[in-house]
Amino acid sequence: MLELDKLIGFVGAQIAALVTALGLGPDWVTLVQLVVAALTLIGFASVMVLGLVYAERKVSAHIQMRVGPMRVGWHGILQTLADAVKLLQKEDITPSNVDRAIYFWAPIVTFVAAFAVYAVIPFGRGLVVTDLNIGILYILAITTFGVIGLLMAGWSSNNKYSLLGGFRSAAQVVSYEVPMALAVIGVVMLTQTLSMVQIVGQQEKFYQWYVWRQPIGFLIYFVAATAEVNRTPFDLPEADSELVAGFVTEYSGMKFAMFFLAEFLNMFTVAAIGTTLFFGGWNGPVLPSWMWFLIKTLAGVFVLMWMRWTYPRLRVDQLMGFAWKFLLPLAILNILITGLFVVLF
Amino acid sequence: MSEFAAIAVFLVLGVGFVLFNFLLSNLIRPKNPNPIKQSTYECGETPVGPAWIQFNVRFYIFCLIFVIFDVEIVFLFPWALVFQSLGLFAFVEMVIFVGILMFGLLYAWKKGLLRWY
Repeated sequence: MLELDKLIGFVGAQIAALVTALGLGPDWVTLVQLVVAALTLIGFASVMVLGLVYAERKVSAHIQMRVGPMRVGWHGILQTLADAVKLLQKEDITPSNVDRAIYFWAPIVTFVAAFAVYAVIPFGRGLVVTDLNIGILYILAITTFGVIGLLMAGWSSNNKYSLLGGFRSAAQVVSYEVPMALAVIGVVMLTQTLSMVQIVGQQEKFYQWYVWRQPIGFLIYFVAATAEVNRTPFDLPEADSELVAGFVTEYSGMKFAMFFLAEFLNMFTVAAIGTTLFFGGWNGPVLPSWMWFLIKTLAGVFVLMWMRWTYPRLRVDQLMGFAWKFLLPLAILNILITGLFVVLF
Repeated sequence: MSEFAAIAVFLVLGVGFVLFNFLLSNLIRPKNPNPIKQSTYECGETPVGPAWIQFNVRFYIFCLIFVIFDVEIVFLFPWALVFQSLGLFAFVEMVIFVGILMFGLLYAWKKGLLRWY
């Protein structure tokens, strides 16, 4: 009922028939199918980010006893669409003393690093573009490329706020990358596979969710992931009150929009990985699988938004100390405990 | 092979999507550059000196420590993948390996490299 894999299979077959009718080989069929899949996901990602920005503003507003956007459409539901159109029309101000090539490529690198992950996320039963056998390792590798984009942005802007924001962001992301990857290793030790689809397949029942067998790992992943996407209480790179807007200070118009898009894509990504690794991915009763995936992932995103208005921001030294002196030893300990349990039982 | 073709397609189309947006925006947005608008903004004042200066060496040290531990993670992934079939022997070996690295972290800690000021 309402499963999308039949629809995907039907569309894929139609594309195959069409391309074959044009007299092209099976390689072309695969290529066209992949291009259509990627374009679909670009569309999905764009619409989802519009929704998430709206949700972020509404959640923030209601937590602060405000109402948020109300004018554009029913309860302001078209507000972010209007904002996107506005950003499209905005003049692109490039300061005269920036390093032009790097300044131009920084938003592209950041966006591509955030988007390329979507090729391996299992959105539902059969809803995955490619089931890489190194799936989770690929995700960890490619999301780290985002740091290079942020560093490029911070460095090329030739602005001290941007530079500080970029460096802080890089230091923070690489520091929290280590406990996050170690938390993932804790799960991999149990799953014995890196493929996202197979990890989901092992968690069919509620009691098989890896969060029950890896509670410490989940907590480490949750904290590290929050830091990875620069959300409060770890939002130092964009600390508005001290760094203007961090590495995006000198960006405007569509270039700024790309950073914004990447940020929200990353937020969805970490929630999706958390869902896949710890909460059974798209497994669930009654509702179609993709709906379960979206419910769990969006719940994760909601928690991130909720935390933004609950916790104050950390200091830089506290932030770095927490990653290296607490999370890292804890993650190692988690691996040892997991290993001990697996060996003994 | 076709598994990784998907990754290539995603990378190319990701770049393409951003460039398309830039182009679209380029077609409809106003262009009125002037020197004051294009100057760098720092607290409403003209910036003092360039931003490309020496930065805090702490960032560099943290990056070095990160590289060490990231390499450790690269070693841990294949181990974790086949861990259950290798059993106790592989576990003890990895405990020794991780133990040496944790000793290194302790050394860096005691040396004050993890302090931030």
